[in-house]
Amino acid sequence: MNEKIRFVQGNEACVEGALYAGLEFFAGYPITPSTEVAELLSERLPQRGGRFIQMEDEIASMCAIIGASLTGRKVMTATSGPGFSLKQEAIGYACMTEIPCVIVNVQRGGPSTGNPTHVSQGDVNQARWGTHGDHAIIALTASNHQDVFAMTVDAFNLAETYRTPVILLFDEVIGHMREKLVVPEKGEIAIVDRLRTSVGKDVDYHPYLPREDGRLPMSDFGGDHRYNVTGLFHDMWGFPSNNPRVVKDLLHHLVDKIETNVGAITRYREHHLENAEYVMISYGSSTRPAIHMAGHRREKGERIGVLELQSLWPFPEAMVREKCRGAKAVIVVEMNMGQVMRQVKACVDAPEKVFLANRIDGKLITPNDIKAVLRVIQGKGV
Amino acid sequence: MAVKDYLRERFFPHMWCPGCGHGTVLNSLLRAVEQLGLKKNNIVMTSGIGCSARISGYVDFHSLHTLHGRALAFATGVKLSRPELTLLVPMGDGDALAIGGNHFIHAARRNIDITAIVMNNRIYGMTGGQFSPLSGPGKKATTAPYRTIDNAFDVVELSRAAGATFVARTTTYHVQEATEIFKKAIRHKGFSVVEILTQCPTHYGRKNKEGDAADMLDIYKNKTAKIGSGALADDPSLLGRGIFVDRQAPEYCEEYGKILQAAMGEVGR
Repeated sequence: MNEKIRFVQGNEACVEGALYAGLEFFAGYPITPSTEVAELLSERLPQRGGRFIQMEDEIASMCAIIGASLTGRKVMTATSGPGFSLKQEAIGYACMTEIPCVIVNVQRGGPSTGNPTHVSQGDVNQARWGTHGDHAIIALTASNHQDVFAMTVDAFNLAETYRTPVILLFDEVIGHMREKLVVPEKGEIAIVDRLRTSVGKDVDYHPYLPREDGRLPMSDFGGDHRYNVTGLFHDMWGFPSNNPRVVKDLLHHLVDKIETNVGAITRYREHHLENAEYVMISYGSSTRPAIHMAGHRREKGERIGVLELQSLWPFPEAMVREKCRGAKAVIVVEMNMGQVMRQVKACVDAPEKVFLANRIDGKLITPNDIKAVLRVIQGKGV
Repeated sequence: MAVKDYLRERFFPHMWCPGCGHGTVLNSLLRAVEQLGLKKNNIVMTSGIGCSARISGYVDFHSLHTLHGRALAFATGVKLSRPELTLLVPMGDGDALAIGGNHFIHAARRNIDITAIVMNNRIYGMTGGQFSPLSGPGKKATTAPYRTIDNAFDVVELSRAAGATFVARTTTYHVQEATEIFKKAIRHKGFSVVEILTQCPTHYGRKNKEGDAADMLDIYKNKTAKIGSGALADDPSLLGRGIFVDRQAPEYCEEYGKILQAAMGEVGR
C-alpha cells in the first residue's frame, strides 16, 4: 500500500499539511468541530520532536503560539466559533508585532454557541475584522482535502513571508468529511523558512526596521539579539511610541505589506468558467454542490461555471471583477447571509447582477438550492 | 556587571510616578539576576499591561510586553518551546489575578519553570486608581467612591492551592530580603510566585490616607513580620513575609521531555 495515499478527514489533511510545512509547536483547546486537529497533533508532533500543549482556554492557546513563534518555531492553533472569538485580541497582537502564526478556524454555526456540530461559513467577516483597529489579514480556504493540505502549507509560507498571522477558514463539512489525500513528496511544494537577520552578534539589531523590500528579518528569542516586542505602537527598536509619525507609518506598513501584495496572495480555481454567462462564486464546502450543478448544466449546453475563491482576505477584487465581467448574472454560493456577496457587489462592474444562493440552517447547500435561485434569476419562476 | 548593565538606558527616563515602588522591585530583581550570574541572552522577560508591565521595556533581556493578563500564557509558549531559557514574568495585581487569574492558576498547576512576580500595589494605577482583586474590602478607589466590598485574594494561599512549588512574599521596604527571595525563586525548578508589596502613593496611598511613599514604606516595615518570627506570633494582625512554600515536584517541561523521548522512541521502533 502506498503510504502517501490516505483516506482522511479534512482536519487530518490540515494536520498533514502543517507537518509538511514544518510545524513545530501547537497550542490548543478542545472545541467542535476542530478538535481532531489538536488530537492528531498531540500524537504526531512529539514523534518528530515538536511540542504540543493543551492550554487552559482559547486565549492562552493563541498567546502561547505567539510566544513560541518568537523563539523561532513554526506555530499553529486550531479552533471553531466561540474559540475564534476568544482569540481575536491576541490575533491583533500578532498583527501588530508581526509574528508569524497560523490559526485554523473550522467554522460552525453561530452566533454564540450556535450550531456546534453543523456547517456554516459565518466567520468570513470576523476573520477580516474580528480584532479591533485597522489592520490587514490573510485568510485562505479550501473545498477538498488536497487543497486543504496545499492551503495549509501555503498559510505557513505566507505567514513567514509577510510576518503575519494567517487564518485558515475551513468549515465543518470540510473538517469532518473523509476523502482521498495524496501527501506530496518532500520538495514537491516549496517551503518558506523563517527569514533571520544577518546582523552579527554585538551589532545593533533593529527588529522593526524593514529592509528595502519591506521584509523584516527576525532574530529568535534566546539568540544573540535582545530586543523589545510590544503591542503598543513602536519604533524600529520595538520600543513604545505615540509619536504621530511613528504611529501613522507603522499602521501603513502593517496594512500595505499585505494589501499591496493582493495579487501574490490571491489563490483561486476555475471550474467550467470558460465563456460562462452565469458565474457562480463560492469557497469551502459550498463550492462542491456549485461545481456539481455547473457540470450537469454544461452537459446540457448551458454556459455556467464556478469561480472558487481559495484566498478570501485580502479580497481578490481585481480578479473577481475580471472574471465577472460581462456575466448575465453572478451568483455567490455561500452558507451565511451574504458575507462574500457584499464583497463581490462592491468590486464588480454590475453589482445589480450579483445574487445570493445561500443556506444558513446548518445543512450543506445543495445543487437544488442553487437551481432554485438560478430559476428566479432566469425568470423561470419560483 | 553593575546593575545598570542590565538596563536599557536608551529607554529612560521611566514612566513611573515619583514615589512608585516599581523601580525598587526592578532594582531588587536585577541584583538577584546579577548575583546569580545569569546571562542576559538566556533571560526572557514577559509582561502584561499596566504600570508593572512596563518593567520589561527597561531591562536588557529578551522582552515581550504582551496583553493585559496574558503574560503567563505567552511565557508558557516561550518556555515550552525553549526550556533552557529563564522566564521572568512580572505582573500587576489586576493583571495577574483579575483578567489573568485563569492563566495564573493553570501555570501554577502545571508547575512550569517560570518565576511569576506579583507586584501588588492593590490598585489599577495606569487607568487611574480603580480597585483590584487584591485591594480588599473597605478601601477607596475611583470605582469604589463609598468603599470596596470585594474580598481580596491571598496570593500565597491561592498560589499554594493552585500548585505553585515556590511561594514567597516580601515588600519594597525589605530590598535585600527581596533580592534573596528573587534569587531563590529564579533558582527554583518549577513555578515560583513572589508577591512583592509595592507602594502606589499616587492612586492608592492618597485615597486611602496612607500618606506618601515614605509613609507607605513605614507601613510595610511596621505591619509585616517574618514568618516564624516572635513578632508574628505575638501579633497575628501582621502580614507574614518570607518563603511559604518551597517543595520539589515534577516540572512541566521536563515531563514533556519524557513525552518526547517516548514518542520519538515509538517512531524509531
